[in-house]
Amino acid sequence: MYRYDEQDHKLIRERVAQFRGQTERYLAGELSEEEFLPLRLQNGLYVQRLAPMLRIAVPYGLMNSTQVRRLAHITRKYDKGYAHFTTRQNVQLNWPNLEDVPDILAELAEVEMHAVQTSGNCIRNTTTDQFAGVARDELVDPRPYCELIRQWSTFHPEFAFLPRKFKIAVCGAEEDRAAIRAHDIGVQIVKNDQGETGFQVFVGGGLGRTPIIGVAIRDFLPETHLLSYLEAIVRVYNQLGRRDNKFKARIKILVKAMGAEEFARRVEAEWEQIKDGAEQLTPEAIEWSKRFFPEPAYKTFSEGHGEAVLRDRAGEDKAFARWLERNTFPHRVDGYQAVTLSTKPTGIPPGDVTDRQLEAIAELADKYSFGEVRVTHEQNVVLADVEQEQLFDLWQEARKHGFATPNIGTLTDMICCPGGDYCSLANAKSIPVAEAIQRKFDDLDYLYDLGDLDLNISGCMNACGHHHIGHIGILGVDKKGEEFYQVQLGGSANEKASLGKVLGPSFSRDEMPETIGKILDVFVENRQPEEFFIDTYNRIGLQPFKERVYAKAS
Amino acid sequence: MPKPANLSAKKPVGAQPENPAQLIVDGAVVENEWNLLPLGSDEEISARSLAPGKVILPLSVWLALREDLQGRKDEIGVWLDSDETADLIGEYAAELPLIAANFPAFTDGRGFTAARLLRQRYGFKGELRAVGNFIRDQLTYLKRCGFNSFAFQGEQPLQGLLASMQDFTDSYQTAVDQPLPIYRRRALA
Ligand code: HEM
Ligand code: SF4
Repeated sequence: MYRYDEQDHKLIRERVAQFRGQTERYLAGELSEEEFLPLRLQNGLYVQRLAPMLRIAVPYGLMNSTQVRRLAHITRKYDKGYAHFTTRQNVQLNWPNLEDVPDILAELAEVEMHAVQTSGNCIRNTTTDQFAGVARDELVDPRPYCELIRQWSTFHPEFAFLPRKFKIAVCGAEEDRAAIRAHDIGVQIVKNDQGETGFQVFVGGGLGRTPIIGVAIRDFLPETHLLSYLEAIVRVYNQLGRRDNKFKARIKILVKAMGAEEFARRVEAEWEQIKDGAEQLTPEAIEWSKRFFPEPAYKTFSEGHGEAVLRDRAGEDKAFARWLERNTFPHRVDGYQAVTLSTKPTGIPPGDVTDRQLEAIAELADKYSFGEVRVTHEQNVVLADVEQEQLFDLWQEARKHGFATPNIGTLTDMICCPGGDYCSLANAKSIPVAEAIQRKFDDLDYLYDLGDLDLNISGCMNACGHHHIGHIGILGVDKKGEEFYQVQLGGSANEKASLGKVLGPSFSRDEMPETIGKILDVFVENRQPEEFFIDTYNRIGLQPFKERVYAKAS
Repeated sequence: MPKPANLSAKKPVGAQPENPAQLIVDGAVVENEWNLLPLGSDEEISARSLAPGKVILPLSVWLALREDLQGRKDEIGVWLDSDETADLIGEYAAELPLIAANFPAFTDGRGFTAARLLRQRYGFKGELRAVGNFIRDQLTYLKRCGFNSFAFQGEQPLQGLLASMQDFTDSYQTAVDQPLPIYRRRALA
């Protein structure tokens, strides 16, 4: 885990002081609403339907237990006692007072946290795989690169006022668990024939009004040039990205308008000029960053030892077996497993946790996972390094705190934006839709039988809930002031990323669970043994689903 | 293709940068000695009709008159609008005493890139002036990108803004003011 040194502390303290001054000027009427807006956004502060909303940065999703405890304290002291994990691996508070925000930021700074660049038209928090460093399919741990990108992009003087927000995601594994193709820049760590580390670079992905899957503009960028290449991309974008229309201002529109080849040519030309400059990642710089992510003090277990213990336990306890099956993830080190704590029991807005739960997470992390936790882009929480022998104990404790719903990766582990309950941009509510679907499909055996299935819900086309890249996507739409829901099928976020296709006319909220039921029926009837929903969909296409869902009652 | 920087005389004329009486240069409040010529005055400007003294010309005018104004080199500056990129001045930058970059809105960040390129790629050593609608909260960023001169719009008690130049006293990444990014400085330590 990255630890601040005196310079980091100083920079963040200076930032808090700056924002305190800005807030005071705003409250005193010296700073106009218009001037304050981008300044507060760059400090994570939105003004929402019911209250301001504060988005706190969790760099690449990684936190220690002290930080989690501080979040618990902050939600209690300044908010209503709960917080929300977001698809960008950050944390949101829904009810802070504007006047308190400088104090909140000061409290965060004490534990090496902040809300820098969690919003606004700048380079946002870099995201990555929640299993970074422990996944078996990983080539190289992405976190040291994420940290270098974080430092390069934080307070970047040239890129604080881009045409639009800018998101970078990094993946170091074979399976893309960071949705890098849905980002403005996606970085895939690769190795060349000589075994050297480098990067495949995707640009121009993004969701929202015009969803686009990013395209690779470089297949192998040598490790040392990562930041100069990113700088070249953002510089080209800063100069040529459209600024006349905010809906056309994203880099994806520029790449599309120019053509990926021409865009790549310009980036390469810019990069040629700076690639050997100061930004180079020298071996010392990379080593230095890697030192912050050392291997934890793993115990040595004989191969298969922990698994034998688990098999016995699981044999005796079906509930534990289920949890083990769905909520844990294989670890590259013998005797360890990664655990996902589900924030998706039925009836709780996906991603919401109370102050007590935050404290419980901190405690579990201390007890079972070297004091570290990760936020996932599916809005759950991961304890990455748990001894297999301790999984049973952890499970029992997690259950007490409501985190052990064994639904990870299933239909009810849905991504869901705050929607009309909180968000002033919403066309429709999304939390009640999530809940209605969770209620209808509460039979675990059925859910397991369906297998891995991503259901993503957004309350409007801004796509905070990633509906375009859900196997099943639900989008809130407004029809003459009434809430309706459009269904999309066939999206996916991994290395075979694709955008969902609209099934047809939208549905009322009441019709949603039923509609999802029909879609699942078609899947079950058509699937080949063990096939996942997305694969069946890719094989049979949209039509059979359409026919069933819109069939006239006979 | 996106529209390339629009250089024709038909360029629509938006809000033009002001030319205040006082400004901040190199951290001090000073009198403005330059006269910034806005775009879009109807009169045809020629080298001969140009009033004496220090003038800052719009890029298109300067490009047209550059040859003819060789004799007045030390008193001719140029300003870039936000859709005009630094390469349009290019190597000529090294000969100029002053370049200004316009911020039609403070959220239009193109001037930051223009400044860095002028300083770092095109060898510009003279006064680099921010004009238009930038705000004090951007001073540290502007400074880091190479601006050393700040012509705030309207009447402002400039002395009171100086403190904002020190909002940040250190930085992570390399820029005009900092030869090495922090990760290289730290790795050395
Ligand atoms: C309630 C406060 C929120 C507001 C006002 C808000 C606003 C927006 C807006 C305006 C966009 C569209 C930007 C664009 O054009 O790309 C957007 C996109 C997005 N937001 Fe939110 N959002 C909110 C909450 C959230 C939450 C809670 C999450 C995570 C759960 C989230 C994650 C995202 C993501 C992932 C995108 C997609 C952007 C892309 O990749 O194109 N937002 N949001
Ligand atoms: S998708 Fe729309 S409704 Fe949902 S949080 Fe984003 S902006 Fe709000």
